[in-house]
Amino acid sequence: MSAEPHYTLYHPRWYRRRVSVWWWLQNRSYTWFVLRELTSVFVAFFAVVYLWQLRALAQGPEAYGLFLLRLKTPLFLALDTVAFLFVLFHAITWFHLTPKAMVFQVRGKRVPDWVIVGSNYAAWLVLSGAVAFTLLRG
Amino acid sequence: MGRITPLLWLLFSAGGTVAALLFPVHLVLTGLAFPLGWLEAPSYEFLHRLLTHPMIRLYLFVLISLPLFHWAHRFRYTLYDGLQLKHLTELIAVLCYGVAFLGTAMTAYLLWNIP
Repeated sequence: MSAEPHYTLYHPRWYRRRVSVWWWLQNRSYTWFVLRELTSVFVAFFAVVYLWQLRALAQGPEAYGLFLLRLKTPLFLALDTVAFLFVLFHAITWFHLTPKAMVFQVRGKRVPDWVIVGSNYAAWLVLSGAVAFTLLRG
Repeated sequence: MGRITPLLWLLFSAGGTVAALLFPVHLVLTGLAFPLGWLEAPSYEFLHRLLTHPMIRLYLFVLISLPLFHWAHRFRYTLYDGLQLKHLTELIAVLCYGVAFLGTAMTAYLLWNIP
C-alpha cells in the first residue's frame, strides 16, 4: 500500500449512450419529423428569393431582367423544385396541426377538427387564386 | 430570453401560417411557372405599378419578414436537437434571430425607398 492516499474530486458520471447525428433515419416517424423541421430552411430560402426580387425591382428594369434570367438556370430550377415540395409539405402539415395547437369554441361547443382543417384548405385555395389572379394580369 | 419567448412563438406561428397559405402559390409561379415559360412573367412596369399601392408594400413586408422569423425559431430547435448542439444555445439563438432581423430590416428599407 502506498503511503499517500489518492483523492479525486467527486464528480458523478451519468451513463449516457452516444447518439448518432443520424438518429432520425432509424425510424420512419422520426424521419418525417426531421423532414418537417427542415421545411423551415426552404421557407427561408424562398423568403430570400423574394427579398432578392424586391431588390431587383428597386434597382431597375435591367436588374429585374437579370433576376428573371438567374431563375432560369438549372441550379435555381432544381432548388425551387425541391423548395416547392418542402413548402407544400410544410403547408399540409401546418393545416393539420392547427386544431391540435388551438381549440376553438362556438357557443360553448368545441369546433371539430375537420372544420378547422377544412377552412385552412379553403383559405389556401382562395388566397392562392387571388395571388395568381393579381400576378397574371401583368 | 424567457420574457420574449411568447413573442417569438407568436412570430413563429404567424410566419408559419403566412408561409403555409401563400408560399406554395408564389413559389410555383416565380420559381417554376415563369422561368420554365409555362406562364408569362409579369413585366417590370406592372410590378412597379403594383408596388405603388401601400397595401401591396405591407403585404410584401409581411410575406418576407414573418416567414423569416418562423425559420429562425424552428431552425434553432432543429440545430439543438438534430445536431445535438445544446451547448451552443445562445450563439445559435443570436445568429438565427439576427438573420431574421437583418432580412426584415432590408425588406423594410427597400419597401420604404422604392419610389
